[in-house]
Amino acid sequence: MNLRRLFSIVMKELRQLRRDRLTFAMIIGIPTMQLLLFGYAINMDVRHLPAAVLDQAHTAQSREVVAVLAQAQVMDFAYTLESPQQIDTLLRAGTISAALVIPPDFERRLYETDRPPLQIVVDGSDQIVQQAARQLSALPVQALLNPGAAAAPATNVEVVNFYNPERRAPVNTVPGLIGVILTMTMVLFTAMALVRERERGNLEFLIATPVSPAELTLGKVLPFVGIGLMQVTVVLVLGVLIFHVPIRGSLLDIYGASLAFIIASLSLGIFLSTLARTQFQAMQMAFFTFLPQILLSGFMFPFAGMPKLAQWLAEIFPMTHFMRLIRGILLRSATLAELWRELLALAVFCTIVLGIAILRTRKRLD
Amino acid sequence: MRTERSEADRHADAIVARGLVKRFGEVVAVDHVDLTVARAQVYGFLGPNGSGKSTTIRMLCGLLLPSEGQIDVLGCKIPQQAEALKRRIGYMTQKFSLYDDLTVTENLEFVAAVHEFDRARTRRRIGELLERYWLGKLKNQLAGTLSGGQKQRLALAAAVLHEPELLLLDEPTSAVDPQSRREFWDSLFALVDAGTTILVSTHYMDEAERCHRLAILDHGRLVADGTPQALEAALPGEVLLVDCANPRDAQRVLQPLPGVAALAQIGASLRVLTEDRGGQRERIAAALREAGIDAKVEAVRPNLEDVFVSATRMSAAAAPDRAAA
Repeated sequence: MNLRRLFSIVMKELRQLRRDRLTFAMIIGIPTMQLLLFGYAINMDVRHLPAAVLDQAHTAQSREVVAVLAQAQVMDFAYTLESPQQIDTLLRAGTISAALVIPPDFERRLYETDRPPLQIVVDGSDQIVQQAARQLSALPVQALLNPGAAAAPATNVEVVNFYNPERRAPVNTVPGLIGVILTMTMVLFTAMALVRERERGNLEFLIATPVSPAELTLGKVLPFVGIGLMQVTVVLVLGVLIFHVPIRGSLLDIYGASLAFIIASLSLGIFLSTLARTQFQAMQMAFFTFLPQILLSGFMFPFAGMPKLAQWLAEIFPMTHFMRLIRGILLRSATLAELWRELLALAVFCTIVLGIAILRTRKRLD
Repeated sequence: MRTERSEADRHADAIVARGLVKRFGEVVAVDHVDLTVARAQVYGFLGPNGSGKSTTIRMLCGLLLPSEGQIDVLGCKIPQQAEALKRRIGYMTQKFSLYDDLTVTENLEFVAAVHEFDRARTRRRIGELLERYWLGKLKNQLAGTLSGGQKQRLALAAAVLHEPELLLLDEPTSAVDPQSRREFWDSLFALVDAGTTILVSTHYMDEAERCHRLAILDHGRLVADGTPQALEAALPGEVLLVDCANPRDAQRVLQPLPGVAALAQIGASLRVLTEDRGGQRERIAAALREAGIDAKVEAVRPNLEDVFVSATRMSAAAAPDRAAA
């Protein structure tokens, strides 16, 4: 390993990158576009479900409970019903997704713990609606309706605080998005950059010179470490400005975790470049590794809900571990030291994948 | 480094290869080739496409692993000592292999850095090369926008930047106009004057003619080896020029005649290559007379094309035997 040669390759890459407008645009464009896309469009946050109220009690408290639940904004009580049969009709027609039923003996039930005071009938065919209703039903109705009038406004605020962080999707999505963007760009760009040299015939000239494969690979990959950190910054800044994502942990830990993940993704890219013959093949392979990572890492679906086999598989992927790292640090103010297991997993991944890549690299054409 | 090498080494041949074989699966790309290239000479590889020229060159500089055979280049055993050799050779690929999206100067700076030149030496050497290869005006132009001849001059400058003892050129003039080709060869002879050994592959006869020594490759086999003059003198047959009113009629008559190796119409005359020597002129003239064609037949000096045609024909004739063995 000769440092001057390594540096010369880094310089060359940067010069080429500067002229490659498309790649350069993608480096900033991909994070921005994805952030807006995932942040706004793919929103699992359920609000304003069309709903109906069947108030059979007709008391001051029953009207108050409707008002409180309406404040949560999960359901819009657009319909006031007179009979239970109407619920069935409206649900079947798809006019409403849920209905709140207040039984005639509502006030007595409030003080008797053996029977629930409220009932929410939901269209169970949509799991997200079901989940929303279940969370709504967890509202501490008794506490809210406590006769102590002074306590009422305070508990109302409490409802909002308790639910809102859970119900705003971007808070969970944006940290995960850092992982998605890094996986996509780091793996793809490195694999393609390394294969490009071979495809364009530059490699044939280079291997007749004293350049070693390690110098060439490292020199081509190093600029991407900087680019990756730049992308992390773009997502963080936009996440905070647009989606008000909290940064609860330390910035140093965030960049430390990102760096570990960038190195893991670059290793994967280097490995793919030893398998691919053309840039197109490299691109296909990068997408092949990208999909399972995005689906199983916990970015899209909760990790706990996946079958065991999928969980084991997910443990292999660097993105799974990064997802835990970045969410832990950003949202729960965890430190890298506390999350050492995830760092270790990334280190093991890098060692194995890079090891195989080195074994596969030869400084020859055949 | 130059002073460290022994006297004997300096006078030894630049390249010695024995029994060189390269197989790609079932295909034998290079078939038992023996080569000896003396120092400070231009050694040419002449052969059609697919004759194994590129493969041989790639094996000589350690880019490909030979299936069989011994290679000694500048005293280095190949492939074992290929890394040490790489500092002492320059290699110019058939396809332009520098970076299209870097400028002329940036490309050369990169190559200089690869060879661990310091800043001052880089600047000095690039200045020399820009001047010698007429690249000064193009120095800030992207390599991808250069013409064929300009690209080739840049590639040569990059290949000789570190002043290699041996320069391997794989069909360097295939994408270049005749004027650029002449200039390019002038550059090569300037390098030879400075002591560089050059191995160049080509399929142009006029270029082959300019080499000090020549090897003709056909289907991976070395079918002839020597100076252009010696090869022409050693031609087994005779070369005759038939002048007549209608060369195509003469061609039809001579085509089936035994002992005729090849026929080629050159303008208004017909060039005849025979398989053997002695009395061929009379035999051809008689055959034409019999067919009622009034022609003037005279013996001419053979050229490299005759040597090439004769050598590749004989190798084709010998091929079935080899396959059987």
